[in-house]
Amino acid sequence: MISWFLRRLGQILPTLLILSFGIFALQQLMPGDPALILAGEERGDPAVLAQIRAELMLDRPLLEQYGHWLWRLLHGDFGFSWRIRVPVGELLLDKLPVTAQLASMSFIIGVAIGVPAGVISAVAKDKPLDWLMNAVALFGISMPNFWLGIMMILLFSVQLGWLPPSGYVPLWEDPWQSLATTIMPAFVLGTGVASVLMRHTRAAMLGALEQDYIRTARAKGVVERSVIARHALRNALIPVVTLGTIEFGRLLAGAVLTEQIFSIPGFGKLVVDAVFNRDYPVVQGVVLATALIFVALSLVADILYMLINPRLRAA
Amino acid sequence: MFRRIAALALLLTASAASAQNLRIGLREDPDIMDPTLARTFVGRIVFAAVCDKLFDINAQLEIIPQLATGHAWDDPKTLRITLRPGVKFHDGEAMDAEAVRYSLNRHLTMQGSFRRGEINTIESVEVTDPLTVLIRLREPSAAFLAQLTDRAGMIVSPRAAEAAGRNFGLRPICAGPYRLTERVAQDRIVVERFAEYWNAASTTIPRITYQVISDSTVRLANLQSGALEMVQSIDPDDVAAVRRNSRLRINITDELGYQSITLNIANGPRAQTPMGQDPRVRAAFELALDRQVINQVVYEGMYTPTAQPVPPTNPLHVPGFQPEPRNLDRARALLREVGVRTPLAVEMTVPNSPDLRQAAEVMQAMLREAGFELRINTMEFASSLQAATRGEFETYLLGWSGRVDPDGNTWTFIHSRGPSNDGRYANPEVDRLLDAARLEQDPARRRDLYAQIYAIAIRQDRSRIYLWHRKNIVAHSTRVTGFTAVADGLIRVQGLRLQ
Repeated sequence: MISWFLRRLGQILPTLLILSFGIFALQQLMPGDPALILAGEERGDPAVLAQIRAELMLDRPLLEQYGHWLWRLLHGDFGFSWRIRVPVGELLLDKLPVTAQLASMSFIIGVAIGVPAGVISAVAKDKPLDWLMNAVALFGISMPNFWLGIMMILLFSVQLGWLPPSGYVPLWEDPWQSLATTIMPAFVLGTGVASVLMRHTRAAMLGALEQDYIRTARAKGVVERSVIARHALRNALIPVVTLGTIEFGRLLAGAVLTEQIFSIPGFGKLVVDAVFNRDYPVVQGVVLATALIFVALSLVADILYMLINPRLRAA
Repeated sequence: MFRRIAALALLLTASAASAQNLRIGLREDPDIMDPTLARTFVGRIVFAAVCDKLFDINAQLEIIPQLATGHAWDDPKTLRITLRPGVKFHDGEAMDAEAVRYSLNRHLTMQGSFRRGEINTIESVEVTDPLTVLIRLREPSAAFLAQLTDRAGMIVSPRAAEAAGRNFGLRPICAGPYRLTERVAQDRIVVERFAEYWNAASTTIPRITYQVISDSTVRLANLQSGALEMVQSIDPDDVAAVRRNSRLRINITDELGYQSITLNIANGPRAQTPMGQDPRVRAAFELALDRQVINQVVYEGMYTPTAQPVPPTNPLHVPGFQPEPRNLDRARALLREVGVRTPLAVEMTVPNSPDLRQAAEVMQAMLREAGFELRINTMEFASSLQAATRGEFETYLLGWSGRVDPDGNTWTFIHSRGPSNDGRYANPEVDRLLDAARLEQDPARRRDLYAQIYAIAIRQDRSRIYLWHRKNIVAHSTRVTGFTAVADGLIRVQGLRLQ
């Protein structure tokens, strides 16, 4: 197990190095001059532009810029936001709990709705309940998040006055208010996750229910509830765990539109604003942090497989 | 009985708590909160609460005292400013002539300063006595004093600035009615009342929270639901909804700036077109447009059509220089006279915002009737700026936020050496008039100079097409009273009350 873990770590480092260069290079391909954006309405003054470029090393060769950034990164320094002059590391640490909370709540909602719905749909295959679940799943996948978000704000905040329309309160400051500010965006994101999980759970369950061991269990007189929950679902969960991990990673990367609509100061909003303002250090920092999260989640998924499937432990 | 008392107590507590905090919605996150390094408009809204300036402007765009009590020109190049006594910075230090000298020199010399270009006519700043500063200019400038009504006139605590260095913007220490106590990037900025403010009687609200909400619909929803008491920017489309709500009020003022079409006349190969080379083609283009109709369709008729860069509220606005009415016959005749094949293809670069795209589409339909085929090239804002600077455009739909002094709306865009003259328009006579207008102190003569400038640059040479002056639309709850709207669009906190 330890050797496996170390092997995985050894694979991750070169991946991250290539990724860091990729992020850096791709940004250079973006049209738009960061110095012009940073100069704002002083953009016409060549002296101001030259000054900005010198300060941010934009007038140096690209490899030199990359080397400088990588060197600082290896010393734990993600650089500074060009726009607001705050350390990128500080921004990431500020935004990560926000995004983690939103992602976790969305994921819980998604799993709580999607997995049971998928199981029910599989068990009730080709019956009205199955059709209903499929229709709801399709609706959830098709509906634009930003539209659903605005509709919920108009209903629950403006009309009913039950929930605040936007903003974010940290969990440790006021748990109830934090819940109130995040329940709508979490639901918006969760419905998308639920729909995807429902479809995959249904497919995986249908596959599992056709296996010989299910027929054997039924023949031995095992209660149907146990057949589904202990035998079929457990095996069906393997692909669902993979998908769930990917979905959670996607949520952690930042739900851009949802965060914009609900003014949630998470990763999504951070990276969108940084891209539009050509705030390269922030973009690089967020993408790298997101990559690290995905890698960590991939490790978690592998560990979960081993827990679910004893055969993998032995292998 | 007990329940009623408890409910009443809860209500009173909630009311008291909410009266402690004014929540203002901003459309974007301010950048660094350092007057020397800042560049965004929304940052200026927060600065209005945190950093007082030497001078301010009133609703009539007159320059009025703030940290300064008065000024006098000893000669055209020497400005004497007398300062208000008893003013303190947020750190308790006294605001005096030395602090003014420090701040102005900081704006001039600090690496990365965005104020340098605004006050680079300063040759020296001298302290005559603790409450008097002498500013010597390299050359006379009628526009100089107006610069001190904005960030260039903001005075910072020398001790705090020296101690914080380039981190000053994280906790600016100025002499404004509020001090910045908390900032969460992309979320909120919280300021708290400074009890020792020189005009403390004008501020009663203990705390103000500036909340960043990018989406205009959500910003309005927050106001309607009571989650905000004030919103900096309401879309014209939403004005009717605000007016229908008896718990809300709306303030609409002309902005200081304008929306215009920049024309590429001499910036690179893209200027080598009939549109770029012949003013008659540009005249035909302009004559095909009906500003009032575009305004009605896109902005509910709220904006003010214009042909010049200075709004009617500005004392130096040239009355009588109005947009020409739409004239398709004349437009077509001009194109025939030039001899171009119609439809003449013209490209318009449009920053990617819904209202500008819509305005461009309306223009496209109008221009088609005159013999133009307008190709709309929608571009992300940063990319469009770069394209304009490089001359990779034919026409460019871009606005300008505006300055108090007309020089700030003209020189940089029309002068041949103007840094933002993306079209590279150049006319020596216009240059001469612009330079003369900078030096002329008499308002009537100055206005006359601008009239001559517009007659040549806009009407004769067709160097740029000015479309309309937009509006500053601020909405607030009826709980907020004492708000005075000024054309610069800022929310001045002095006089605001929250019930």
